Amino acid sequence: MSTKVIHVLYNDDDVLMDAVKTTRAAHHHIEEVYTPFPVHGLDKAMGLKPTRLAICSFIYGLCGLSFATYMMNYIMIQDWPQDIGGKPSFSYIQNMPSFVPIMFELTVFFAAHLMVITFFLRSRLWPFKQAENPDVRTTDDHFLMEVALHGDENEAVEFFKNTGAVEVKVIDKQ
Amino acid sequence: MYTFSSKLKTFSFILMALGIIGIVYGFLATPKTTEEVEVILSEQHHGGHDSHEAHAAPAHGDANAHGDAHNADVQHHEHQKHLEHVLHQMQNKPWAAVYVGCIFFMLIALGIFTFNQIQYASSAGWSPVLFRVMEGLSAYLLPGSVLFFLLLLASSAHLNHLFVWMAEGITDPNSENYDAIIAGKEGFLNVPFFLIRAVLFLGGWNIFRILSRRNSLALGETGDLTYYKRNFKLSAGYLVFFIVTESIMSWDWIMSIDTHWYSTLFGWYVFASFFVSAVTVIALATVYLKNNGYLDFVNTSHIHDLAKYMFGLSIFWTYLWFSQFMLIWYSNIPEEVTYFIFRIEEYNVPFFLMLLFNFVLPILLLMGTDFKRLSWIITMSGICILVGHYLDFYNMIMPGTVGTSWFIGAAEIGSVLFFGGLFIFVGFSAMAKAPLLAKNNPMLEESKHFHY
Repeated sequence: MSTKVIHVLYNDDDVLMDAVKTTRAAHHHIEEVYTPFPVHGLDKAMGLKPTRLAICSFIYGLCGLSFATYMMNYIMIQDWPQDIGGKPSFSYIQNMPSFVPIMFELTVFFAAHLMVITFFLRSRLWPFKQAENPDVRTTDDHFLMEVALHGDENEAVEFFKNTGAVEVKVIDKQ
Repeated sequence: MYTFSSKLKTFSFILMALGIIGIVYGFLATPKTTEEVEVILSEQHHGGHDSHEAHAAPAHGDANAHGDAHNADVQHHEHQKHLEHVLHQMQNKPWAAVYVGCIFFMLIALGIFTFNQIQYASSAGWSPVLFRVMEGLSAYLLPGSVLFFLLLLASSAHLNHLFVWMAEGITDPNSENYDAIIAGKEGFLNVPFFLIRAVLFLGGWNIFRILSRRNSLALGETGDLTYYKRNFKLSAGYLVFFIVTESIMSWDWIMSIDTHWYSTLFGWYVFASFFVSAVTVIALATVYLKNNGYLDFVNTSHIHDLAKYMFGLSIFWTYLWFSQFMLIWYSNIPEEVTYFIFRIEEYNVPFFLMLLFNFVLPILLLMGTDFKRLSWIITMSGICILVGHYLDFYNMIMPGTVGTSWFIGAAEIGSVLFFGGLFIFVGFSAMAKAPLLAKNNPMLEESKHFHY
């Protein structure tokens, strides 16, 4: 069974923004929008939920901080508390100032890298991934809105032509 | 046009009156003689219950093991010296309390003006709606620096012993007060040069502020853009002047209290401390005015930006604090490390409490994006930051002036109330003198529609 989607192409981001608003007002379901660059406010116009990536990053940072603290405490205080240049290694807090640079860097390292990896996983990006590009022009100077087709095809095509589209195509999607 | 509400005016007068009562009480409660100090000390050491024995055994009881007369004589002499030392500390206490409050609020006004000038020099598009708030609050710079200069004069006239290098005979090899290290710094640390520098710095900042305010008002009235260009050039000149004078100011007015100690990043550290407090005061005043309906053109994005500055500058302050502390702690060079050993041993609570207020609480409260837009979060973290940075100045000045005789009592709280009340009174009166919207600024439309 095949479902039909409409590909609507625009060549201006302002037109696209207006089109997204009228499309949402007419209760057409927008599947996806492809743009060559970030369009400010598009996510809000489409009604997308805000990202939770920053919350993930905060938690990863706490993991990094815990890891650094555990590691330095185990190595420097518990396992082999040597006297190195007179630094007090009797308890963690006594020698803590010299561990702060490591604690800071590992916090940042964990927060940054794990957040990037989370981003890659959630947006399904990896080196040999097949590009999901419906139209090569969308990486250069065109904007493409993909809308699910329900009901009358001609009426829908007519509606999208009125939104300032430069091209409207009906595509069979497997 | 903003009208200074009578409620706030009364509030500022009450603060000032309470402050004066506290300060006067602080001066009156100061011991005048070593006998009074002895009574106070024996009460402190023995909790009052065996104070008679303390009187009988002057050298803290324990040193009286040998009963011979000569030993007791030496002990008595040393005990007298100790009492005199404590007496000087206690006599310094109300002066130091006023000094901390005075320099703290004066530098906040300076920081607000500097923030304003940075906005000009960088042609910031978000902040022109807040210019009149900044200009108004920084009006405290003039009365603040006059009061501060009077304090410096009082120190120079030997009314107090805040600056040890001003003491009589300290650079004279024949005097018993002679200190070779301080004598070596005499070329820089001498009273006339010190006062000339103070006049130059305070005068320079005030002239820049008055000119900038005048241009801003003229721009609002005439719409002539030459005033804007003048202010732009003025701000660039000011920032150069500021960074040089700020650095020297911090050596003069704060670091020279601990005359034997020095630190190279101290100027930056002091700057970070009062700059974050200044941005916090701008944010608090903005939130206050907005909640009272005077700043309809200010939206949550402006407040969000101020909160980001509070957050970022708090971390910047912590970075400098830690850099200074850790480098000295790590190398542990005796002449440098005494500064921190004394603070950790004798000022343990304020020294570490400050980190909680200036770093931990702001970083947790102001990290979330949504939190930065809530006025109660701004108010709460703002109060934390201000209390924390007061403690920061307290920790910088008190150990060198009152030593172990510190206590946050009537004089300290009174001086914060007095200068805080004066700051509110002067700042908000200045704001009421001009429209709260800086008209005709070329960036104003952009600033009104600022959205983040």
